[in-house]
Amino acid sequence: MTGSPTASRPGTGGWSLAGINPVWPLLAALVAAIVFMNPGFAEPTGYMNFLKRAAPLAILAAGQVYVITSGGFDLSQGSLITLVVVGSSMLTDNDPAATAWVIPVMLAIGLGVGAVNGAIVCFLRVPSLIATLGTMITLNGLAFLWSGGAPRGYLPDTFRFFGRELIHDVPLVRFVPVSVIVLVVVVGALAWAMHRTNLGRMVHAIGDNPVAARLAGVPVNRVRVTAFMLSGLSAAIAGILLGGFAGVSTDVGTGYELEAITAAVLGGAQLLGGRGSVPAALGGALALTAIFTLLNFLGLPQPVRQVVQGLILIAAVALAMHRRKRTGT
Amino acid sequence: MKLILSAAGALSLSLAPAQAQNFNDPEEFAKQQEQLQAQPNGPEGEPWLQYIGDGMVETGDLGIEAPATVCFSNAGVNNPWRVVGFTNMTEELANHQSIGEFIHVDAEGSDDKQIADIDDLLAGGNCDVMIVSPNTTAALTPAVEQACESMPVIVFDRGVNTDCPVTYVHPVGGYGFGIEGAEFIAGELDEGDNVLMLRILPGVDVLETRYSAGRRILDEAGLNVVGAEFTDGDNARTKSIVEDYLMRGDIDAVWMDAGATAVAAIEAFEDSGYEIPVFVGEDQQDFLRKWEEEGMTAIAPTYPTYQWRTAVIAAARVIEGEALPGPEWVLPQPAITEETLAEYVNPAMPPLHYAMCGCETMETYPEAWGGN
Amino acid sequence: MSLAAASREPTGDGFRFDRWAPLILLGGAAAIYVAVAVATGQTQYLTLDNLIAILGRSIALGITAIGQTFVILAASIDLSVASLISATAVLASVVMDGSAAMIVPAIAAAIALGALVGLANGMIVSVLKVNPLIATLGMSLVIQGCLSAFVSNFAGSVPPAFQVFAYGQIGAVPLALVFLLSLAILAWAVLRFTKFGSDLYAVGGNEEAARFAGIKTGRVVLTAHVICSVCAAIAGLYLASRLRSGAPWIGADGVYDLESIAVVVIGGTVLAGGRGGIWGTMAGMLIFSLIDSVFNIAGVDTFAKQVLRGIIIVAAVAFYAIRSKRIVA
Repeated sequence: MTGSPTASRPGTGGWSLAGINPVWPLLAALVAAIVFMNPGFAEPTGYMNFLKRAAPLAILAAGQVYVITSGGFDLSQGSLITLVVVGSSMLTDNDPAATAWVIPVMLAIGLGVGAVNGAIVCFLRVPSLIATLGTMITLNGLAFLWSGGAPRGYLPDTFRFFGRELIHDVPLVRFVPVSVIVLVVVVGALAWAMHRTNLGRMVHAIGDNPVAARLAGVPVNRVRVTAFMLSGLSAAIAGILLGGFAGVSTDVGTGYELEAITAAVLGGAQLLGGRGSVPAALGGALALTAIFTLLNFLGLPQPVRQVVQGLILIAAVALAMHRRKRTGT
Repeated sequence: MKLILSAAGALSLSLAPAQAQNFNDPEEFAKQQEQLQAQPNGPEGEPWLQYIGDGMVETGDLGIEAPATVCFSNAGVNNPWRVVGFTNMTEELANHQSIGEFIHVDAEGSDDKQIADIDDLLAGGNCDVMIVSPNTTAALTPAVEQACESMPVIVFDRGVNTDCPVTYVHPVGGYGFGIEGAEFIAGELDEGDNVLMLRILPGVDVLETRYSAGRRILDEAGLNVVGAEFTDGDNARTKSIVEDYLMRGDIDAVWMDAGATAVAAIEAFEDSGYEIPVFVGEDQQDFLRKWEEEGMTAIAPTYPTYQWRTAVIAAARVIEGEALPGPEWVLPQPAITEETLAEYVNPAMPPLHYAMCGCETMETYPEAWGGN
Repeated sequence: MSLAAASREPTGDGFRFDRWAPLILLGGAAAIYVAVAVATGQTQYLTLDNLIAILGRSIALGITAIGQTFVILAASIDLSVASLISATAVLASVVMDGSAAMIVPAIAAAIALGALVGLANGMIVSVLKVNPLIATLGMSLVIQGCLSAFVSNFAGSVPPAFQVFAYGQIGAVPLALVFLLSLAILAWAVLRFTKFGSDLYAVGGNEEAARFAGIKTGRVVLTAHVICSVCAAIAGLYLASRLRSGAPWIGADGVYDLESIAVVVIGGTVLAGGRGGIWGTMAGMLIFSLIDSVFNIAGVDTFAKQVLRGIIIVAAVAFYAIRSKRIVA
């Protein structure tokens, strides 16, 4: 690893650029605007609800950023969420005690799907865009096939605990949603692995220049498969939170993969690899959720939200490219 | 970008006359309001065989030999309502000796694909009768007209803009659905009370009519509609929207144009620490169960899935040369009320099962519908 | 989407696998179709009428995929085609509004909108250097938002004279099929015989080298995007004719964005750019049509269909890619 040309670069993506990652000022401005529009947002109920809502997307983006940094895409996250919610309802089958083994099974499914994605890319040499498009379609079909189109069970309260419950009597903030704790733990772990371990450096290296990384002795395939597995795991966790928050439905995950990619890119991750940061992806996810919240408060209809989302997406990347050109990186 | 916006602006100017499709038709509103009250013809207790109005079509002898091949072009089974309906349909087939082969093609929610599917069936399906559940009314009209030229066609759920099919099977309709929920709310609330309206998405004919009818009645009753929001049929979004509204003020009733996300909306009240207000849901089991458990004040208008049975029955009658209600076979569209709730709620059935399926007496019930 | 596109794998002297692979896949699909029809005793599906019905199944997808081939050859991609199809279909049907006299202006307006969107896409990609995936995803959101702001259902109508495009026949052959074939021949000729065609392959194969060779790479990418968007506009016109009107969801419902990419890739055009061609894309379209028809004949369960379709996409692409020695991501 020591020979890798990128090993010396700190893995914190945006932070290494001139000054601060623009996602943070953006987020701060959005939050200020929301508070100005609706002072209730500064109360615990306001911002905790906001964090609770942003948690699944933030976790997804933190996983997605591994794959993006390694040079690929994971389009299968959304349908993996659906599979997890539908599958959990099938497996628990109204038995509250089943949660204890169903959740590990779901996490294993997430890791497994990630491993399959990684294997298709590494060993069948199918580009990840197509590989994960294939898994996306397949997983959606599997979710329906498994349940026959109508999931059998309700999700028991023990399962829904993670996405729905609040922990009361917390000092300073009065209460904390369980999903926010999950968010902190998962994103914290993913950030640590990305920016403080050898794995993170290798993920950056294979995204930056796979040939050089291989020559430097990086086990390219193993690192790539790991990145996909972490992305799958994050989708499984997001699925458990979403199922907990809102219950069973057959289209929970639809569209989440693109939102996760958008969030990662807002956080300065570079598509096709080499640059990406977990904290910044978290910032991107929060900013995206804040944009939606703000547009909601402004009472703007759905179409306007789409236009704004599209423009912001293009602008964010164009701006990043401009900065990169200027700073010569 | 500016160019696109201005192009879109120009488009909007030219659109005013084009938006002719009327989802707020007072005549249709009045007709469906009347049909809700009408006494249907046909056997008591078997609403899938009943019909409102007296129109019949004689099919005479079309020279179809039993057992005949029935082809079904399905818009999709992309939501639980259609899954339940399709199960009703396949189970109903067992009741008809005159139907031999049943060919099902699924368009997966795409107009283009459904037109191609019908082409395929006409080119090589050896169909004797065709059943079509159109993905959209306007787009499928030419394909249905083409099918009519070579065989009897039965249309159900959404209609087509042609009277060439033998009959068009459908329940009372969207206005009726909207009326039942809104009248219930109007009866429970006082003038000036706050109502939140939740809708799935704009533009879909059967949903727009529900909304326009519901809105008309709520407005006439002097209720204050605090908002009409689109949920995309997504549980998480529904819950978030209701939570946001609760942060801004009280809600005395929730009207929904479809009940799929009703439980998520109820949970938003529970999780935010509010009493559950008056609710309009639909006949999905999860809502009915919640209603019973919490002792809510609620109603469940239905868009009965038993119409999928009726479509098969109509096909069988055509094969056998019998008369059948037509050119429209209008089925009754009962709402589930507090009095009838106990008949429909069934914990053995899956949460997304639609209770008004008319399937309880069928042999394979409840296993075929995913029940225990 | 490989970064190591510089090393090309050697092609055999006698049998050029790359060249024949789409045909092999198509032959396989056709053989399966015949086998299923015979095995299920439904030989009525083996007539000329049926062949034409299959060929005519995916005209809109075929037209879109021809355009998509150009951008993918240039190592770009276009995710905005689905919303553009909806937009142009609605625009055309609104401008016509049932009047035969307005057919020409409507066609002109739709093509102009297509060209405009292509121009915008191309500029964002080649001038602002925004990753094409993000650029066109953003554009897609903008188009869809603008469109849904004004229309929410079928709008306008197409006069009978224009319905000839989708429903007209020349003898036993649908007019639209003849049109698609002509368009494919035109596209093939452009790629094969014009300077732009050879420049396109050069830019897609290695942009730096192409730039050093004096090719105006930005202009080539821009042109490819304009061609792609104009093709999508034509697909929109075809759908307006076929559905007798335009609605803001027809593009998204047909999943023309991801499916057109899948068709191109199954046809052997490499996602990294520079290799492939129109006839492969046509083979890819036919493979899709054959798969659909096989599913219909065999009466495959709807949900199993999805599972199989996902696996087929991955397997077909693996069929080409597995022999590659390059690192993909």
